[in-house]
Amino acid sequence: MLVRHLKRLFLYLLLLLTGMATLAPFLWMLSASFMYDGHASVYPPRFFPDHFTFSQYLNLFSRLNVGKYFFNSLFLAITITFISLFLNSMAGYAFAKYRFKGKNLLFNMLLSSMIIPAQVTMLPLFLMLKTMGLINTYLAIIIPGLANIFGIFLIRQYALSIPDSLIEAARMDGATDFQIYRKVILPLCMPILTTLAIFTFMTIWNDFLWPLIALTDNSMYTLPVALANLMQEHVRDPELMMAGSVITIIPVIIVFLALQKYYISGIMLGGVKE
Amino acid sequence: MNTQSKMAYFFLAPALLAIFIFFFLPVVAAFIISFSDFDIYSLGNISNARMVGFKNYSVLIKDPLFWKALKNTFFFVIVAGPLSILVSLAAALLLNSKLVRFKAFFRLTYFLPVVTTLVAVAIVWRFIYHPRFGILNYLLSFLGIQPIDWLGDPLWAMPAIILMSVWKNFGYNMIIFIAGLQNIPLDLYESAEIEGANHWQQFTSITIPMLAPTTIFVSIITMIGYFQIFAEPYIMTQGGPINSTLSIVQYMYQEGFRWWNMGYSAALAFILFIIIFIGTVLQLKIKKRSD
Repeated sequence: MLVRHLKRLFLYLLLLLTGMATLAPFLWMLSASFMYDGHASVYPPRFFPDHFTFSQYLNLFSRLNVGKYFFNSLFLAITITFISLFLNSMAGYAFAKYRFKGKNLLFNMLLSSMIIPAQVTMLPLFLMLKTMGLINTYLAIIIPGLANIFGIFLIRQYALSIPDSLIEAARMDGATDFQIYRKVILPLCMPILTTLAIFTFMTIWNDFLWPLIALTDNSMYTLPVALANLMQEHVRDPELMMAGSVITIIPVIIVFLALQKYYISGIMLGGVKE
Repeated sequence: MNTQSKMAYFFLAPALLAIFIFFFLPVVAAFIISFSDFDIYSLGNISNARMVGFKNYSVLIKDPLFWKALKNTFFFVIVAGPLSILVSLAAALLLNSKLVRFKAFFRLTYFLPVVTTLVAVAIVWRFIYHPRFGILNYLLSFLGIQPIDWLGDPLWAMPAIILMSVWKNFGYNMIIFIAGLQNIPLDLYESAEIEGANHWQQFTSITIPMLAPTTIFVSIITMIGYFQIFAEPYIMTQGGPINSTLSIVQYMYQEGFRWWNMGYSAALAFILFIIIFIGTVLQLKIKKRSD
Protein backbone atom coordinates (compact mmCIF):
# COMPACT_ATOMS: atom_id res chain seq x y z
CA MET A 1 0.00 0.00 0.00
CA LEU A 2 2.86 2.36 0.89
CA VAL A 3 4.45 1.80 -2.51
CA ARG A 4 1.17 2.72 -4.14
CA HIS A 5 0.94 5.92 -2.11
CA LEU A 6 4.50 6.89 -2.91
CA LYS A 7 3.89 6.21 -6.56
CA ARG A 8 0.79 8.37 -6.52
CA LEU A 9 2.67 11.16 -4.78
CA PHE A 10 5.39 10.95 -7.42
CA LEU A 11 2.84 11.10 -10.26
CA TYR A 12 1.16 14.17 -8.76
CA LEU A 13 4.53 15.82 -8.36
CA LEU A 14 5.25 15.24 -12.05
CA LEU A 15 1.81 16.50 -13.04
CA LEU A 16 2.20 19.64 -10.97
CA LEU A 17 5.71 20.35 -12.24
CA THR A 18 4.61 19.97 -15.86
CA GLY A 19 1.61 22.18 -15.13
CA MET A 20 3.82 24.85 -13.64
CA ALA A 21 6.24 24.72 -16.56
CA THR A 22 3.27 25.07 -18.93
CA LEU A 23 1.65 27.96 -17.10
CA ALA A 24 4.71 29.90 -15.90
CA PRO A 25 5.27 31.81 -19.16
CA PHE A 26 1.59 32.86 -19.22
CA LEU A 27 1.61 33.94 -15.57
CA TRP A 28 4.76 35.97 -16.04
CA MET A 29 3.30 37.54 -19.20
CA LEU A 30 0.13 38.54 -17.34
CA SER A 31 2.04 39.83 -14.35
CA ALA A 32 4.57 41.87 -16.37
CA SER A 33 1.76 43.43 -18.42
CA PHE A 34 0.55 45.21 -15.26
CA MET A 35 3.96 46.70 -14.41
CA TYR A 36 5.28 50.21 -14.99
CA ASP A 37 7.99 50.78 -17.59
CA GLY A 38 11.25 49.15 -16.58
CA HIS A 39 9.82 47.14 -13.69
CA ALA A 40 10.14 43.84 -15.56
CA SER A 41 13.77 44.54 -16.45
CA VAL A 42 15.28 43.99 -13.03
CA TYR A 43 17.38 41.34 -11.35
CA PRO A 44 16.21 39.28 -9.57
CA PRO A 45 13.03 39.17 -11.70
CA ARG A 46 9.75 40.33 -10.16
CA PHE A 47 6.99 37.78 -10.31
CA PHE A 48 4.31 40.23 -9.21
CA PRO A 49 3.95 43.94 -9.97
CA ASP A 50 4.97 46.00 -6.94
CA HIS A 51 2.81 48.84 -8.29
CA PHE A 52 -0.14 47.66 -10.30
CA THR A 53 -0.93 49.67 -13.46
CA PHE A 54 -3.07 49.57 -16.60
CA SER A 55 -0.79 52.09 -18.32
CA GLN A 56 0.65 49.55 -20.80
CA TYR A 57 -2.83 48.62 -22.02
CA LEU A 58 -3.91 52.25 -22.19
CA ASN A 59 -0.78 53.09 -24.15
CA LEU A 60 -1.42 50.26 -26.62
CA PHE A 61 -4.96 51.38 -27.34
CA SER A 62 -4.53 55.15 -27.21
CA ARG A 63 -1.17 55.59 -28.88
CA LEU A 64 -0.31 52.40 -30.72
CA ASN A 65 -3.55 51.72 -32.56
CA VAL A 66 -4.07 48.24 -31.12
CA GLY A 67 -7.86 48.68 -31.20
CA LYS A 68 -7.68 48.80 -34.98
CA TYR A 69 -5.47 45.69 -35.19
CA PHE A 70 -7.82 43.88 -32.85
CA PHE A 71 -10.73 44.80 -35.10
CA ASN A 72 -8.82 43.65 -38.22
CA SER A 73 -8.04 40.28 -36.65
CA LEU A 74 -11.55 39.77 -35.35
CA PHE A 75 -13.24 40.88 -38.56
CA LEU A 76 -11.07 38.64 -40.74
CA ALA A 77 -11.33 35.60 -38.48
CA ILE A 78 -15.13 35.83 -38.24
CA THR A 79 -15.70 36.62 -41.93
CA ILE A 80 -13.47 33.82 -43.16
CA THR A 81 -14.99 31.37 -40.69
CA PHE A 82 -18.52 32.01 -42.01
CA ILE A 83 -17.67 32.07 -45.70
CA SER A 84 -15.48 28.97 -45.60
CA LEU A 85 -18.02 27.09 -43.49
CA PHE A 86 -20.64 27.82 -46.12
CA LEU A 87 -18.52 26.78 -49.12
CA ASN A 88 -16.93 23.77 -47.41
CA SER A 89 -20.25 22.41 -46.14
CA MET A 90 -21.85 22.56 -49.59
CA ALA A 91 -18.91 20.75 -51.16
CA GLY A 92 -18.64 18.24 -48.31
CA TYR A 93 -22.35 17.47 -48.64
CA ALA A 94 -22.03 16.94 -52.38
CA PHE A 95 -19.11 14.54 -51.90
CA ALA A 96 -21.02 12.62 -49.24
CA LYS A 97 -24.49 12.35 -50.73
CA TYR A 98 -24.44 12.85 -54.51
CA ARG A 99 -23.39 10.56 -57.30
CA PHE A 100 -21.61 12.20 -60.17
CA LYS A 101 -18.94 11.45 -62.70
CA GLY A 102 -15.35 11.66 -61.49
CA LYS A 103 -16.34 11.93 -57.84
CA ASN A 104 -13.73 9.56 -56.42
CA LEU A 105 -10.99 10.84 -58.69
CA LEU A 106 -11.73 14.44 -57.73
CA PHE A 107 -11.93 13.63 -54.03
CA ASN A 108 -8.68 11.67 -54.01
CA MET A 109 -6.94 14.39 -55.94
CA LEU A 110 -8.03 16.96 -53.35
CA LEU A 111 -6.97 14.73 -50.47
CA SER A 112 -3.52 14.00 -51.81
CA SER A 113 -2.86 17.66 -52.54
CA MET A 114 -3.20 18.40 -48.83
CA ILE A 115 0.48 17.54 -48.58
CA ILE A 116 1.48 20.63 -50.59
CA PRO A 117 2.72 23.25 -48.11
CA ALA A 118 0.91 26.58 -48.34
CA GLN A 119 4.24 28.41 -48.72
CA VAL A 120 4.48 27.08 -52.29
CA THR A 121 1.41 29.07 -53.29
CA MET A 122 2.36 32.32 -51.61
CA LEU A 123 4.56 33.89 -54.30
CA PRO A 124 2.10 33.48 -57.18
CA LEU A 125 -0.82 34.34 -54.90
CA PHE A 126 0.91 37.57 -53.98
CA LEU A 127 1.50 38.40 -57.66
CA MET A 128 -2.09 37.53 -58.52
CA LEU A 129 -3.57 39.69 -55.77
CA LYS A 130 -1.17 42.50 -56.57
CA THR A 131 -2.33 42.50 -60.21
CA MET A 132 -5.92 42.62 -58.97
CA GLY A 133 -4.99 45.53 -56.68
CA LEU A 134 -6.00 43.59 -53.60
CA ILE A 135 -2.74 43.58 -51.62
CA ASN A 136 -3.26 45.55 -48.41
CA THR A 137 -7.00 44.93 -48.37
CA TYR A 138 -9.08 42.55 -46.28
CA LEU A 139 -9.71 40.54 -49.45
CA ALA A 140 -6.02 39.60 -49.62
CA ILE A 141 -6.59 37.52 -46.50
CA ILE A 142 -10.16 36.43 -47.21
CA ILE A 143 -9.59 35.09 -50.74
CA PRO A 144 -7.05 32.34 -49.92
CA GLY A 145 -9.29 31.31 -47.02
CA LEU A 146 -12.55 31.00 -49.00
CA ALA A 147 -12.54 27.21 -48.94
CA ASN A 148 -10.17 24.54 -47.79
CA ILE A 149 -9.68 20.87 -48.48
CA PHE A 150 -9.43 19.80 -44.87
CA GLY A 151 -12.78 21.42 -44.08
CA ILE A 152 -14.47 19.71 -47.04
CA PHE A 153 -12.99 16.40 -45.91
CA LEU A 154 -14.20 16.78 -42.31
CA ILE A 155 -17.75 17.65 -43.34
CA ARG A 156 -17.89 14.90 -45.94
CA GLN A 157 -16.89 12.29 -43.34
CA TYR A 158 -19.56 13.54 -40.98
CA ALA A 159 -22.29 13.85 -43.60
CA LEU A 160 -21.70 10.25 -44.73
CA SER A 161 -23.29 9.11 -41.46
CA ILE A 162 -26.54 10.97 -42.15
CA PRO A 163 -29.15 8.37 -43.26
CA ASP A 164 -30.28 8.70 -46.89
CA SER A 165 -33.86 8.10 -45.73
CA LEU A 166 -33.95 11.54 -44.11
CA ILE A 167 -32.97 13.17 -47.39
CA GLU A 168 -35.48 11.04 -49.31
CA ALA A 169 -38.26 11.95 -46.88
CA ALA A 170 -37.53 15.65 -47.29
CA ARG A 171 -37.53 15.23 -51.07
CA MET A 172 -40.94 13.50 -50.88
CA ASP A 173 -42.22 16.52 -49.00
CA GLY A 174 -41.23 18.61 -52.00
CA ALA A 175 -38.05 20.17 -50.63
CA THR A 176 -35.55 21.40 -53.23
CA ASP A 177 -31.90 20.30 -53.06
CA PHE A 178 -30.84 23.58 -51.55
CA GLN A 179 -33.65 23.42 -48.98
CA ILE A 180 -32.52 19.92 -48.01
CA TYR A 181 -28.98 21.22 -47.56
CA ARG A 182 -30.13 24.16 -45.47
CA LYS A 183 -32.94 22.58 -43.46
CA VAL A 184 -31.79 18.96 -43.06
CA ILE A 185 -28.04 18.67 -43.57
CA LEU A 186 -26.78 21.84 -41.90
CA PRO A 187 -28.68 21.32 -38.62
CA LEU A 188 -27.54 17.69 -38.43
CA CYS A 189 -23.95 18.73 -39.12
CA MET A 190 -23.92 21.30 -36.32
CA PRO A 191 -21.29 19.51 -34.17
CA ILE A 192 -18.76 19.21 -37.00
CA LEU A 193 -19.53 22.74 -38.18
CA THR A 194 -18.79 24.03 -34.69
CA THR A 195 -15.51 22.12 -34.61
CA LEU A 196 -14.52 23.47 -38.00
CA ALA A 197 -15.56 26.99 -37.02
CA ILE A 198 -13.22 26.96 -34.01
CA PHE A 199 -10.36 25.57 -36.07
CA THR A 200 -10.82 28.15 -38.78
CA PHE A 201 -11.22 31.04 -36.36
CA MET A 202 -8.05 30.10 -34.48
CA THR A 203 -6.00 29.40 -37.59
CA ILE A 204 -6.86 32.79 -39.07
CA TRP A 205 -6.42 34.62 -35.75
CA ASN A 206 -3.01 33.04 -35.14
CA ASP A 207 -1.78 33.13 -38.75
CA PHE A 208 1.40 35.08 -39.33
CA LEU A 209 3.32 34.44 -42.55
CA TRP A 210 0.58 35.22 -45.09
CA PRO A 211 -0.71 38.39 -43.36
CA LEU A 212 2.92 39.49 -43.01
CA ILE A 213 3.28 39.16 -46.78
CA ALA A 214 -0.11 40.45 -47.90
CA LEU A 215 -0.63 43.33 -45.45
CA THR A 216 2.21 45.80 -45.68
CA ASP A 217 0.28 48.91 -44.72
CA ASN A 218 0.32 49.63 -41.00
CA SER A 219 -3.41 50.26 -40.69
CA MET A 220 -4.27 46.85 -42.17
CA TYR A 221 -2.12 44.76 -39.82
CA THR A 222 -3.59 41.87 -37.89
CA LEU A 223 -2.54 41.50 -34.23
CA PRO A 224 0.33 39.02 -34.80
CA VAL A 225 1.82 41.17 -37.58
CA ALA A 226 1.39 44.32 -35.51
CA LEU A 227 2.98 42.62 -32.52
CA ALA A 228 5.98 41.47 -34.54
CA ASN A 229 6.36 44.98 -35.92
CA LEU A 230 6.01 46.58 -32.49
CA MET A 231 8.68 44.26 -31.15
CA GLN A 232 11.28 45.85 -33.43
CA GLU A 233 10.95 49.23 -31.69
CA HIS A 234 10.17 47.97 -28.20
CA VAL A 235 12.72 45.25 -27.55
CA ARG A 236 13.50 46.98 -24.26
CA ASP A 237 9.87 47.30 -23.15
CA PRO A 238 8.81 43.87 -21.92
CA GLU A 239 5.89 45.40 -19.97
CA LEU A 240 4.35 46.89 -23.12
CA MET A 241 5.01 43.79 -25.25
CA MET A 242 3.49 41.53 -22.60
CA ALA A 243 0.31 43.63 -22.56
CA GLY A 244 0.19 43.27 -26.36
CA SER A 245 0.64 39.51 -26.06
CA VAL A 246 -2.16 39.27 -23.50
CA ILE A 247 -4.55 41.13 -25.82
CA THR A 248 -3.60 38.82 -28.69
CA ILE A 249 -3.97 35.61 -26.72
CA ILE A 250 -7.12 36.32 -24.65
CA PRO A 251 -9.68 35.88 -27.47
CA VAL A 252 -8.33 32.48 -28.57
CA ILE A 253 -8.20 31.27 -24.98
CA ILE A 254 -11.81 32.35 -24.44
CA VAL A 255 -12.98 30.62 -27.62
CA PHE A 256 -11.04 27.51 -26.69
CA LEU A 257 -12.27 27.34 -23.08
CA ALA A 258 -15.86 27.90 -24.14
CA LEU A 259 -15.82 25.26 -26.89
CA GLN A 260 -12.96 22.94 -25.92
CA LYS A 261 -15.08 19.81 -26.30
CA TYR A 262 -15.49 20.53 -30.02
CA TYR A 263 -11.86 21.48 -30.47
CA ILE A 264 -10.54 18.31 -28.85
CA SER A 265 -12.91 16.11 -30.86
CA GLY A 266 -11.70 17.82 -34.01
CA ILE A 267 -8.12 16.78 -33.28
CA MET A 268 -9.28 13.17 -33.01
CA LEU A 269 -10.96 13.44 -36.41
CA GLY A 270 -7.69 13.74 -38.22
CA GLY A 271 -5.94 16.73 -36.85
CA VAL A 272 -5.09 20.02 -38.38
CA LYS A 273 -1.70 21.58 -37.90
CA GLU A 274 -1.42 25.33 -37.70
CA MET B 1 -26.25 15.47 -67.45
CA ASN B 2 -28.83 14.22 -64.96
CA THR B 3 -30.21 16.36 -62.14
CA GLN B 4 -28.13 14.53 -59.51
CA SER B 5 -24.88 15.52 -61.19
CA LYS B 6 -26.15 19.01 -61.93
CA MET B 7 -26.96 19.64 -58.28
CA ALA B 8 -23.67 18.09 -57.17
CA TYR B 9 -21.71 20.47 -59.39
CA PHE B 10 -23.84 23.36 -58.14
CA PHE B 11 -22.84 22.56 -54.55
CA LEU B 12 -19.22 21.86 -55.44
CA ALA B 13 -18.57 24.78 -57.75
CA PRO B 14 -17.96 27.63 -55.26
CA ALA B 15 -15.49 25.74 -53.08
CA LEU B 16 -13.73 23.95 -55.93
CA LEU B 17 -13.41 27.12 -58.00
CA ALA B 18 -11.85 28.92 -55.05
CA ILE B 19 -9.45 26.04 -54.40
CA PHE B 20 -8.59 25.71 -58.07
CA ILE B 21 -7.93 29.40 -58.69
CA PHE B 22 -6.28 30.28 -55.39
CA PHE B 23 -4.46 27.04 -54.59
CA PHE B 24 -3.85 24.74 -57.57
CA LEU B 25 -3.18 27.51 -60.06
CA PRO B 26 -0.59 29.16 -57.76
CA VAL B 27 1.13 25.79 -57.24
CA VAL B 28 1.54 25.41 -61.01
CA ALA B 29 2.56 29.04 -61.33
CA ALA B 30 5.17 28.64 -58.58
CA PHE B 31 6.59 25.68 -60.44
CA ILE B 32 6.95 27.76 -63.60
CA ILE B 33 8.32 30.79 -61.73
CA SER B 34 10.98 28.58 -60.14
CA PHE B 35 12.41 28.14 -63.66
CA SER B 36 12.45 31.88 -64.35
CA ASP B 37 14.53 34.86 -63.25
CA PHE B 38 11.44 36.67 -61.92
CA ASP B 39 12.76 39.58 -59.81
CA ILE B 40 11.97 43.16 -58.80
CA TYR B 41 12.08 44.36 -62.44
CA SER B 42 9.59 41.71 -63.48
CA LEU B 43 7.35 42.87 -60.64
CA GLY B 44 6.91 46.18 -62.50
CA ASN B 45 6.69 44.63 -65.93
CA ILE B 46 6.24 40.90 -66.31
CA SER B 47 7.92 40.88 -69.74
CA ASN B 48 11.24 41.40 -67.92
CA ALA B 49 11.03 37.81 -66.66
CA ARG B 50 12.79 35.14 -68.67
CA MET B 51 12.80 31.37 -68.45
CA VAL B 52 16.22 30.27 -67.27
CA GLY B 53 15.82 26.50 -66.99
CA PHE B 54 17.37 24.93 -63.93
CA LYS B 55 19.51 27.98 -63.15
CA ASN B 56 17.81 28.77 -59.81
CA TYR B 57 18.25 25.21 -58.68
CA SER B 58 21.88 25.03 -59.75
CA VAL B 59 22.61 28.32 -57.95
CA LEU B 60 20.84 26.98 -54.90
CA ILE B 61 23.07 23.95 -54.72
CA LYS B 62 26.11 26.22 -54.57
CA ASP B 63 24.54 28.69 -52.11
CA PRO B 64 26.11 28.28 -48.64
CA LEU B 65 23.19 30.11 -47.03
CA PHE B 66 20.75 27.60 -48.52
CA TRP B 67 22.75 24.71 -47.05
CA LYS B 68 22.91 26.52 -43.74
CA ALA B 69 19.13 27.00 -43.72
CA LEU B 70 18.59 23.40 -44.80
CA LYS B 71 20.91 22.12 -42.08
CA ASN B 72 19.22 24.28 -39.43
CA THR B 73 15.75 23.16 -40.51
CA PHE B 74 16.73 19.48 -40.51
CA PHE B 75 18.40 19.86 -37.13
CA PHE B 76 15.24 21.44 -35.77
CA VAL B 77 12.98 18.71 -37.21
CA ILE B 78 15.24 15.83 -36.12
CA VAL B 79 15.72 17.08 -32.57
CA ALA B 80 12.49 18.94 -31.78
CA GLY B 81 10.28 16.36 -33.53
CA PRO B 82 11.19 13.25 -31.48
CA LEU B 83 11.57 15.38 -28.33
CA SER B 84 8.05 16.79 -28.74
CA ILE B 85 6.65 13.33 -29.38
CA LEU B 86 8.41 11.86 -26.33
CA VAL B 87 7.11 14.62 -24.06
CA SER B 88 3.62 14.19 -25.56
CA LEU B 89 3.72 10.45 -24.90
CA ALA B 90 5.01 10.91 -21.35
CA ALA B 91 2.27 13.45 -20.60
CA ALA B 92 -0.36 11.16 -22.14
CA LEU B 93 0.82 8.20 -20.02
CA LEU B 94 0.77 10.41 -16.94
CA LEU B 95 -2.77 11.57 -17.67
CA ASN B 96 -3.89 8.03 -18.46
CA SER B 97 -2.73 6.65 -15.10
CA LYS B 98 -5.48 5.18 -12.93
CA LEU B 99 -3.80 6.57 -9.85
CA VAL B 100 -4.40 10.26 -10.47
CA ARG B 101 -7.47 12.52 -10.49
CA PHE B 102 -8.19 16.04 -11.80
CA LYS B 103 -7.22 14.73 -15.23
CA ALA B 104 -9.46 17.16 -17.12
CA PHE B 105 -7.83 20.11 -15.37
CA PHE B 106 -4.27 19.00 -16.12
CA ARG B 107 -5.13 18.11 -19.70
CA LEU B 108 -6.60 21.56 -20.23
CA THR B 109 -3.51 23.21 -18.72
CA TYR B 110 -1.09 21.25 -20.87
CA PHE B 111 -3.11 22.05 -23.94
CA LEU B 112 -3.20 25.81 -23.42
CA PRO B 113 0.07 26.64 -25.27
CA VAL B 114 -1.24 24.85 -28.38
CA VAL B 115 -4.14 27.22 -28.97
CA THR B 116 -2.29 30.44 -28.19
CA THR B 117 -0.87 32.72 -30.86
CA LEU B 118 2.66 31.66 -31.84
CA VAL B 119 3.88 35.22 -32.39
CA ALA B 120 2.70 36.29 -28.93
CA VAL B 121 4.27 33.36 -27.08
CA ALA B 122 7.49 33.70 -29.06
CA ILE B 123 7.68 37.28 -27.78
CA VAL B 124 7.03 36.09 -24.21
CA TRP B 125 9.81 33.52 -24.53
CA ARG B 126 12.17 36.07 -25.97
CA PHE B 127 11.97 37.90 -22.63
CA ILE B 128 12.11 34.66 -20.64
CA TYR B 129 15.41 33.98 -22.42
CA HIS B 130 16.77 37.46 -21.65
CA PRO B 131 20.39 36.98 -20.51
CA ARG B 132 20.21 39.47 -17.62
CA PHE B 133 16.55 39.78 -16.57
CA GLY B 134 15.00 36.56 -17.92
CA ILE B 135 13.34 34.14 -15.51
CA LEU B 136 15.03 31.10 -17.06
CA ASN B 137 18.55 32.23 -16.16
CA TYR B 138 17.24 33.28 -12.74
CA LEU B 139 15.82 29.79 -12.08
CA LEU B 140 19.00 28.14 -13.40
CA SER B 141 21.09 30.29 -11.05
CA PHE B 142 19.70 28.24 -8.15
CA LEU B 143 21.33 25.20 -9.73
CA GLY B 144 24.59 27.10 -9.87
CA ILE B 145 24.41 27.61 -13.65
CA GLN B 146 26.00 30.81 -14.95
CA PRO B 147 23.78 33.11 -17.08
CA ILE B 148 23.48 31.89 -20.67
CA ASP B 149 22.90 34.27 -23.58
CA TRP B 150 20.23 31.94 -24.98
CA LEU B 151 19.30 33.80 -28.15
CA GLY B 152 22.57 35.66 -28.65
CA ASP B 153 24.88 32.66 -28.63
CA PRO B 154 25.02 30.64 -31.89
CA LEU B 155 25.45 27.50 -29.82
CA TRP B 156 22.32 28.05 -27.70
CA ALA B 157 19.92 29.85 -30.05
CA MET B 158 18.64 26.71 -31.78
CA PRO B 159 18.26 24.69 -28.55
CA ALA B 160 16.33 27.65 -27.10
CA ILE B 161 13.95 27.63 -30.07
CA ILE B 162 13.58 23.86 -29.76
CA LEU B 163 12.72 24.10 -26.06
CA MET B 164 10.10 26.74 -26.75
CA SER B 165 8.60 24.64 -29.59
CA VAL B 166 8.33 21.55 -27.41
CA TRP B 167 6.57 23.63 -24.76
CA LYS B 168 4.21 25.11 -27.38
CA ASN B 169 3.32 21.89 -29.19
CA PHE B 170 3.45 18.84 -26.93
CA GLY B 171 -0.19 19.22 -25.83
CA TYR B 172 -1.46 18.60 -29.34
CA ASN B 173 0.07 15.16 -29.82
CA MET B 174 -0.67 14.38 -26.18
CA ILE B 175 -4.40 14.49 -26.97
CA ILE B 176 -3.92 12.07 -29.88
CA PHE B 177 -1.83 9.74 -27.72
CA ILE B 178 -4.46 9.73 -24.97
CA ALA B 179 -7.05 8.64 -27.53
CA GLY B 180 -4.64 5.95 -28.75
CA LEU B 181 -4.04 4.70 -25.21
CA GLN B 182 -7.75 4.51 -24.50
CA ASN B 183 -8.24 2.37 -27.60
CA ILE B 184 -5.95 -0.38 -26.31
CA PRO B 185 -8.19 -3.21 -25.00
CA LEU B 186 -7.80 -3.59 -21.24
CA ASP B 187 -7.92 -7.40 -21.34
CA LEU B 188 -4.52 -7.38 -23.05
CA TYR B 189 -3.05 -5.96 -19.86
CA GLU B 190 -5.10 -8.30 -17.72
CA SER B 191 -3.85 -11.43 -19.43
CA ALA B 192 -0.27 -10.09 -19.34
CA GLU B 193 -0.72 -9.53 -15.62
CA ILE B 194 -1.83 -13.15 -15.20
CA GLU B 195 1.25 -14.32 -17.09
CA GLY B 196 3.36 -12.36 -14.62
CA ALA B 197 4.56 -9.51 -16.84
CA ASN B 198 5.67 -6.43 -14.88
CA HIS B 199 4.69 -2.87 -15.75
CA TRP B 200 7.75 -2.21 -17.88
CA GLN B 201 7.25 -5.44 -19.85
CA GLN B 202 3.59 -4.54 -20.36
CA PHE B 203 4.65 -1.11 -21.58
CA THR B 204 7.18 -2.43 -24.11
CA SER B 205 5.20 -5.43 -25.34
CA ILE B 206 1.65 -4.02 -25.35
CA THR B 207 1.53 -0.22 -25.13
CA ILE B 208 4.36 0.58 -27.55
CA PRO B 209 3.30 -1.81 -30.37
CA MET B 210 -0.38 -0.92 -29.98
CA LEU B 211 0.48 2.78 -30.24
CA ALA B 212 2.55 2.31 -33.43
CA PRO B 213 -0.12 3.60 -35.87
CA THR B 214 -0.78 6.62 -33.63
CA THR B 215 2.94 7.30 -33.36
CA ILE B 216 3.39 7.26 -37.11
CA PHE B 217 0.44 9.59 -37.63
CA VAL B 218 1.78 11.94 -34.98
CA SER B 219 5.29 11.80 -36.49
CA ILE B 220 4.03 12.75 -39.92
CA ILE B 221 1.99 15.76 -38.82
CA THR B 222 4.74 16.92 -36.47
CA MET B 223 7.36 16.63 -39.20
CA ILE B 224 5.24 18.51 -41.73
CA GLY B 225 4.59 21.30 -39.25
CA TYR B 226 8.19 21.56 -38.09
CA PHE B 227 9.67 21.72 -41.60
CA GLN B 228 7.63 24.90 -42.03
CA ILE B 229 9.15 26.64 -38.99
CA PHE B 230 9.15 30.39 -39.53
CA ALA B 231 7.66 32.61 -36.83
CA GLU B 232 9.85 31.28 -34.00
CA PRO B 233 13.18 32.36 -35.52
CA TYR B 234 11.60 35.42 -37.18
CA ILE B 235 10.46 36.78 -33.82
CA MET B 236 13.13 35.45 -31.47
CA THR B 237 16.39 35.64 -33.43
CA GLN B 238 15.66 36.94 -36.96
CA GLY B 239 17.55 33.86 -38.09
CA GLY B 240 20.69 34.85 -36.19
CA PRO B 241 23.11 34.91 -34.53
CA ILE B 242 25.30 34.37 -37.61
CA ASN B 243 22.43 32.55 -39.34
CA SER B 244 22.42 29.77 -36.76
CA THR B 245 18.60 29.68 -36.70
CA LEU B 246 17.81 30.67 -40.30
CA SER B 247 15.11 28.26 -41.56
CA ILE B 248 14.12 27.30 -45.11
CA VAL B 249 10.82 29.18 -44.97
CA GLN B 250 12.52 32.23 -43.51
CA TYR B 251 15.12 32.17 -46.27
CA MET B 252 12.32 31.77 -48.81
CA TYR B 253 10.50 34.75 -47.28
CA GLN B 254 13.62 36.91 -47.31
CA GLU B 255 14.57 36.08 -50.89
CA GLY B 256 11.01 36.38 -52.18
CA PHE B 257 9.49 39.22 -50.24
CA ARG B 258 12.43 41.30 -49.05
CA TRP B 259 14.75 41.09 -52.06
CA TRP B 260 12.02 40.13 -54.56
CA ASN B 261 14.10 37.31 -56.06
CA MET B 262 10.89 35.45 -56.72
CA GLY B 263 12.30 32.85 -59.10
CA TYR B 264 14.90 31.86 -56.56
CA SER B 265 12.36 31.95 -53.74
CA ALA B 266 9.95 29.70 -55.67
CA ALA B 267 12.75 27.17 -56.16
CA LEU B 268 13.28 27.20 -52.38
CA ALA B 269 9.56 26.63 -51.82
CA PHE B 270 9.65 23.60 -54.13
CA ILE B 271 12.65 22.14 -52.37
CA LEU B 272 10.65 22.40 -49.14
CA PHE B 273 7.71 20.67 -50.80
CA ILE B 274 9.90 17.85 -52.10
CA ILE B 275 11.48 17.33 -48.67
CA ILE B 276 8.08 17.16 -46.96
CA PHE B 277 6.81 14.82 -49.67
CA ILE B 278 9.75 12.43 -49.31
CA GLY B 279 9.50 12.54 -45.52
CA THR B 280 5.80 11.65 -45.60
CA VAL B 281 6.25 8.83 -48.12
CA LEU B 282 9.10 7.37 -46.04
CA GLN B 283 7.03 7.35 -42.87
CA LEU B 284 4.05 5.82 -44.69
CA LYS B 285 6.39 3.10 -46.01
CA ILE B 286 7.51 2.33 -42.46
CA LYS B 287 3.84 2.14 -41.48
CA LYS B 288 3.09 -0.32 -44.27
CA ARG B 289 5.98 -2.52 -43.21
CA SER B 290 4.88 -2.56 -39.59
CA ASP B 291 1.24 -3.37 -40.42
